[in-house]
Amino acid sequence: MADLWWVMLAVGTVILFGIMGTALYALLRERRGGGVSEVAMLAGGGVVFPAVTLLALMFWSVVQGPEPATVDATADSPAPFRIRAQGHQFWWEFIYPDAPGGPLYGAAEAVIPAAAPVVVEIASDDVIHSFWVPRLAGKLDALPGRVNHLRLSADRPGLYAGQCAEFCGNQHLAMRFVIEAVAAEDIDARLARLAATAPDATLPGAEDFADHCAGCHSADPRTRGGPGPNLAAVATRSTLGGVLPYRSADDLRLWLTSHRALKPGSKKPEIMADAEALDRIIDYLESARP
Amino acid sequence: MTSDRSEADRIRGLETIWAPPKGWRALSAVNHSIVGRRFMVTAFAFFLFGGVLAMLIRAQLALPGNAFMGPEAYSQVFTMHGTVMMFLFAIPIIEGFAIYMLPKMLGARDLAFPRLSAFAYWCYLFGGLIVVGSLLLGMAPNSGWFMYTPLSSSTYTPGINADVWLIGVTFVEVSAVAAGVEFMATILKVRTAGMALNRMPLMAWYLWVTAAMIVFGFPPLILGSILLEIERAFDWPFFDPTRGGDPLLWQHLFWLFGHPEVYIIFLPAAGIISTVLPVLARHPIVGYTWIVVAVVGLGFISFGLWVHHMFTTGIPNLALSFFSAASLLVVLPTSVQFFAWLATLLKGRPEMHLPMLFIYGFFFTFVIGGLTGVMVAVVPFDWQVHDTHFVVAHFHYVLIGGQIFPALAAAYYWLPHFTGRRMTQTLGKVVFWLILIGFTLTFLPMHLTGLLGMPRRIYTYAEGAGWEALNLTSSIGGFILAIGFALFVVDMLLQLRTPGKAVRNPWRTGGLEWAMDTPPPSYNIASLPWVRSRLPGNDSPDLAGELAEGRGLLATPRNGWRETLAVDMIDGQPDQIVLLPGPTWIPLYTALATGTFFVGLLVKIYVVAVLGALAVLACGLVWVWDSGLKEDPERLDIGCGATALPHPAATMPPSLWGLVFLLASNGALFASLVFGTLFLWTVAPNWPPPATLPADVLSRVVTLAGLALALGGALRALRVGGRGRDGARQVWLVVATLGGLIAAAGFAAVPAVLTPPMSGHAYAAVTAFAGAYMAFHAFLGAVFTAYAFARGRAGWLSAVRTVEVRAAVIWWIYTAAAGLVTLALIHLMPVLAGP
Repeated sequence: MADLWWVMLAVGTVILFGIMGTALYALLRERRGGGVSEVAMLAGGGVVFPAVTLLALMFWSVVQGPEPATVDATADSPAPFRIRAQGHQFWWEFIYPDAPGGPLYGAAEAVIPAAAPVVVEIASDDVIHSFWVPRLAGKLDALPGRVNHLRLSADRPGLYAGQCAEFCGNQHLAMRFVIEAVAAEDIDARLARLAATAPDATLPGAEDFADHCAGCHSADPRTRGGPGPNLAAVATRSTLGGVLPYRSADDLRLWLTSHRALKPGSKKPEIMADAEALDRIIDYLESARP
Repeated sequence: MTSDRSEADRIRGLETIWAPPKGWRALSAVNHSIVGRRFMVTAFAFFLFGGVLAMLIRAQLALPGNAFMGPEAYSQVFTMHGTVMMFLFAIPIIEGFAIYMLPKMLGARDLAFPRLSAFAYWCYLFGGLIVVGSLLLGMAPNSGWFMYTPLSSSTYTPGINADVWLIGVTFVEVSAVAAGVEFMATILKVRTAGMALNRMPLMAWYLWVTAAMIVFGFPPLILGSILLEIERAFDWPFFDPTRGGDPLLWQHLFWLFGHPEVYIIFLPAAGIISTVLPVLARHPIVGYTWIVVAVVGLGFISFGLWVHHMFTTGIPNLALSFFSAASLLVVLPTSVQFFAWLATLLKGRPEMHLPMLFIYGFFFTFVIGGLTGVMVAVVPFDWQVHDTHFVVAHFHYVLIGGQIFPALAAAYYWLPHFTGRRMTQTLGKVVFWLILIGFTLTFLPMHLTGLLGMPRRIYTYAEGAGWEALNLTSSIGGFILAIGFALFVVDMLLQLRTPGKAVRNPWRTGGLEWAMDTPPPSYNIASLPWVRSRLPGNDSPDLAGELAEGRGLLATPRNGWRETLAVDMIDGQPDQIVLLPGPTWIPLYTALATGTFFVGLLVKIYVVAVLGALAVLACGLVWVWDSGLKEDPERLDIGCGATALPHPAATMPPSLWGLVFLLASNGALFASLVFGTLFLWTVAPNWPPPATLPADVLSRVVTLAGLALALGGALRALRVGGRGRDGARQVWLVVATLGGLIAAAGFAAVPAVLTPPMSGHAYAAVTAFAGAYMAFHAFLGAVFTAYAFARGRAGWLSAVRTVEVRAAVIWWIYTAAAGLVTLALIHLMPVLAGP
């Protein structure tokens, strides 16, 4: 990709200077007018030159470019790591369909094995979004009614930032997410830890959560829940709603009390819980913090 | 001196006949110079409005975390910026230019259909006001200028916002298609004597291809907008994937329009370069034929590229490769033109006047836009930069570079034509440098912003993203650009108002538009030249003077007619005298009726919409009733020893060509519908449908019989009428009318009785729509045939005056053909691909 860009930039710059140079020469030279072969200009410059250049570019881009990212690679062997990225207004849901012990549900942050083939199944239930992690692959749209398959591979472990690339409504910009690549041998342990990350159900906040939140959100990583993101591991995430950095319980309180102002246009309804109930809900969700 | 006397009489006669009305009656004027000026001024006003929106965007993005605009306001502003610039400025400014300039370049006194261009103007103005007005009410479209559904569906955009776009823009597109038909017919037929195809000014070629692209390229979007509006208003699920619709269908229909649109904008601008550059380079254009071939080729290729806007939707790799290659192919016809321009510069002795400065600005900016265009045609590169600011930078380079710089060159080049005075260049140079520097500062860094990952259409960004300095630079550049345009306005106002030295043909060119007084009189030229070359002004030392003295064709007015010539479209031999209409209110009334129809749809009071539609039909009939002759005309003298028939007695007057092009446009809409139906059958999720049309034989037989009667009856009427058997002609017209009504009833049965509930599945929706489309056409055909009958009764038809009958025949040929395809589509597809 980077090579492709630099080559195109270099050739393009030469062409730009060539054309501008010729035009300026025609204007500034001493002796005006003169012999120039019309056919050489029209056939050579207008047809042969771009045709040769473009053929070379096509050849180069086929040789250098990444393999087609959209191929359905589910039949590959060894089987690639599957993860589903489901776009919602305005957050990303991540599902691990093949996790040991059954599917796992999460949001905004996802984990994949590094240096291993990964297939992202990209889908949407509402409007069109586009899944884009610039450092891992090109973008591919999340279309309602279809599943697109994106094949990618992270060279080394690390955090890879992603964002929605198709305008999907007023909080399009809040659809940021993070893909974490972990060493391939650690992936099962990480998934097991995800499966075990959940708020402490014995806390009194569990009941308040059931009253006020559970209509939309699940707090169980094994249950998908309603239209809102799965909150089992919310305490482990680095942002809230894609817009607010999440470091402590205070951030969560700020989010819960003023998310309408922080993320105008979000589908999340106002929370009707009183102050004490809110405290208990925050304690409950925070209890999942390791 | 009698000859002086008669010359003065002739001029006075022309002035009286062609005089536009004064005062408030000026609104009824149809003269092309007036309508063209109105178009251009209105388009420029919308350009300034769109520019203010751009300034709001740059103000918002200047700083990270800026709270200047909220997300909803930002969504409306960027949607409207794109919509206003593309639909209310870029296309209409071309239409205005062509309406004003085409007849002058073709040596004609007006366009083929002056009332149609007046109607196009009013539609444009009203549609534009609906779109712009919505922003002032805070209800503007907010789903982006390409209105991707489902975001623009009633579920996710429940307000009136998206309806404003769908209805307002369609209204404006009606205007564009009208203008396209006008230009196609005018360039083919309404030229001066001797102007064979290969003697036409290059601008005529460019504008003809542009017009053809409008005529064929806009219908897919018009269809898409109609379908989406029906989905929003009546819940017919054309685009809803849960019920057999497909959001990708919208994207195909949109970009089937959207990509040709780019070349519709670019081609006239390239035409300006091909016109102005040789004049200032003091050398005739090099490679006239090459350019014509390139332009026609570009027109064709541009319809095969639309999928390159959809590289990230997950379409198959084979399609990716095909459309990537096609996108690269389009470079060839463009580079042929570039090298023709360069060769002209090299062979000539270029003079650096102000318009040339803007042409060099065009070279610099458009080449960069073209090169980044090649980059985004490369699929893996596009996957990264698609929907980032790189693409924003790219298309501003293409659009501003490809249209605004040439348009500014044109404005200064033709300014003396409007004022009749020599222009001053001082302020214009400042304008040029401000615009070039402001533009480069705004959009060159924006490529990098995109490469660093900033997506389009986000209303703000966080500090530390690494985009701060680049965005601030772009914003500062944007304001310099705005100052440049403000200064351009000041310069234009000054030049239009300050008295200066009168001058005729200041650039010393042989182009016909300069062979007249400037500012041009209402009739353009006192007599029409018989041209023998591409630059007739170079053939005789004082062409303008000769024409003004009446030493040309159609010099002496007669019968109070507005006359101009129509020619054989290939060799340019004169074959008709076209009698043009004078001032009339009917275009304005028709546009008001059309507006009533659209506003009725917009506010969802459908009674108003139906009344509006009936009013449009009534206005249309009054409109056409006005023209024609009640007696068979003789061949009339046109001067230079030649004669020609007035157009009502001609076999193919321009009006019938207009009808043919209108039906071609309609055919493009119908073809889009067929494409959509097949697309849904083969590609959309949730097919086949749960229920299909019943195998009802009766309705098919009745429909086919109706179509056969209508077409057969119209053909017989033409035949017997041509032999002078007026009574038999009238009988066959009645037969054809009845046949049309029967066919209409047969097709109407599809949506009314036969289909399963339309909201249940896209199959039912698209089938019902096809039936309704055909019923509408059959009904209109019946009305037109009945109209021909009425014309016959009133004495407008004879063995040689057959225009109305011919029109009915042409209409029925189209309707019968489309009807057969429709019947096959709705009855065979369930059998071929059904459950």
